[in-house]
Amino acid sequence: MDQKEVFEKVVAILKPFAKNKDALANVALETAIQKDLKVNSARLVDIVLELEEIFGIQVKDEDAEKVRTVGDAVNLVMYLKKASA
Amino acid sequence: MAGSAPRAVTERVVITGLGVIASNAHGKEAFSRALRECKSGVRFYPHLRDIGMACHVGGIPEGLDELSAQYLTEEELLVANHSTTFASIASIDAWTDAGLVRPSPESDEVDWDTGAIIGTGCGAVEVLAEKVVPLVNAGKVRRLGSSMEQSFISGNSARVAGLLALGNQVSTNSSACSTGNEAVVEAFIRIREGRAKRMLAGGSEGHSKYSWAGADAMKVLPRGFNDAPEKASRPMSATAGGFVPAAGAGILLLESLSSAKARGARIYAEVLSGEVNCGGQRMGGTMSAPNPEGVRRCIRGAVAMSGVRAEEIDAINGHLTATFADPHEVESWRTALGLSPSKMPLIHATKSLIGHALGAAGGIECVATVLELHEGFVHGSINCEDLHPALAPYAERVPHTTAVLPNMKVIAKASFGFGDVNACIIFRKFEN
Repeated sequence: MDQKEVFEKVVAILKPFAKNKDALANVALETAIQKDLKVNSARLVDIVLELEEIFGIQVKDEDAEKVRTVGDAVNLVMYLKKASA
Repeated sequence: MAGSAPRAVTERVVITGLGVIASNAHGKEAFSRALRECKSGVRFYPHLRDIGMACHVGGIPEGLDELSAQYLTEEELLVANHSTTFASIASIDAWTDAGLVRPSPESDEVDWDTGAIIGTGCGAVEVLAEKVVPLVNAGKVRRLGSSMEQSFISGNSARVAGLLALGNQVSTNSSACSTGNEAVVEAFIRIREGRAKRMLAGGSEGHSKYSWAGADAMKVLPRGFNDAPEKASRPMSATAGGFVPAAGAGILLLESLSSAKARGARIYAEVLSGEVNCGGQRMGGTMSAPNPEGVRRCIRGAVAMSGVRAEEIDAINGHLTATFADPHEVESWRTALGLSPSKMPLIHATKSLIGHALGAAGGIECVATVLELHEGFVHGSINCEDLHPALAPYAERVPHTTAVLPNMKVIAKASFGFGDVNACIIFRKFEN
C-alpha cells in the first residue's frame, strides 16, 4: 500500500469527524487534525480504533498521542504496516 | 441577568415553541393533523416477534435516519443514541418554532438565560446492550471508544445545550412515566422564580428491544392485538391489555411572559401551575401502582396553584396507559376535582394514538395538550368503544372522535409513573 493510498484511506476515516469541511476539502499531509480539521479531542480514540480496524494494525497509546497532522497518521500507519509485514 | 441569585419574583410563564416527534407524526403541523384525524402510530414490528416477545407492536417514529441527518452533523450522529437524537430534533424544532435562531457552532456567545430540562426513562439502553456490554465481556475494553459519551443518562440535555449554546440549568431528569411532565413543572418553576427567561422542557425516549422485553416479561404489554396494531393501545377500554411501548420526544419552549412580549413571540398557552409528588408506596401504592391519595393531592395541588375552579377545567389529557389503573385514575380525578361524573371535564388519552412513550410521554402529550388549547379541539380517544364497565358513569365525557371546542380555555395534563410518582400541569389559553 503506497503513501497515496494510505493518505486517501486516512482522510476517509477522518471525514465524519472533521467539523471544518473547507479544511477537509483542501486536506494535505501537513493539515493538523485538531487545529485545522477541528476534530473534537474526545473523538481521537474513535479515530485510532478506525485506523486499527481499516489497516489491521495495533496502535500504542504513546504513538497515538504523537499524531498531530494527517501526515503523522499516514506515516504511523505505513510504519506499523511495514513492521507487521 | 436571570440566574444570578434567587429573587422574590413571580413571572407568568407561557409556551412559545413546540417540537414533537411521535409514532404518528413529526413536527407540530403534522402532529396536530394526526391528532385531529385520530391517526394511530402503532405498528407491527417483526423484530419483537423474533426475540420471543408476546407483544409484537410498538410506536416508533418513522424515517429517523433521513431526518436525523437534517438536524445533526455526521460527527454528532457518531455519538448519538435514539433518545439524544429524538431530543435534538424536537428541541431544534421547538427553538425555531419560537422564532429563535439556531446559533452558529463557531460563535462563542452563550445564552445564559436559557436552559433545558429534557428527561428520559431508559436512556441509552441500546448502546449499553449492543456495544458496551458485549465489548466489555469480550475483554475488549480498549475498543469502547467514546461510548461513554454516547451512553450518559444526561445525554439529552447535554447534546441540546451544545446545539443551542444554552447557559442556564441543563439537566436530564428521570421519574419513569412522569418524566416529561416533571421536566415541564421544573422548568415552569425556574422561570416563575426569575432564574431563567426560557427553558426547553419535556422528554425523549429511544426504542430498544432490551427495555421493551423487560416490560413484556412483566406482562404489562398487550398480547392480543398483534394482528391489528392500530387497535392495540386501548386506554379506558374493557379489553385494555397493557400499554403499547413507544418512542419519540416532545419538547416545549417555556418562556417568561415578559421575555415573550419583549420579542413579540407568538404565545400558544400559559402554564398556570404544576405540581409533582410521590405516594410514598403506601396506602395501596406500590412501585407500580399509585397511592390514590398521592394522585389526588397532586391534582389538587396543581388546581389550587392555578387559581381556576374545578368546574372551569374543560378537558383532562390523562396518563391513561391501557392498564388496570385507568379506572382508578379517572376515579382519582373525580374525587380530586370534587365533581360528579356527568360534570367532569372531557377525558381523553393521547396514548390511544401513539402508544406509551415512557419518559417522553409527558413531553409529547403536553405538546398535544397545548396544540388542543391553541387550536380549540380535543382529539378522539380511540379504541375504547367498549368502555370499561367501571367507567360507565363517564361515558358522555369520553370523546371517541375529535371534538371542536373553539371556546375551550383550560386543560389539565397529568402523568403518573413507576415508583408511585405523579406530575400534574394546568394549561390555559393565553389571555393578556
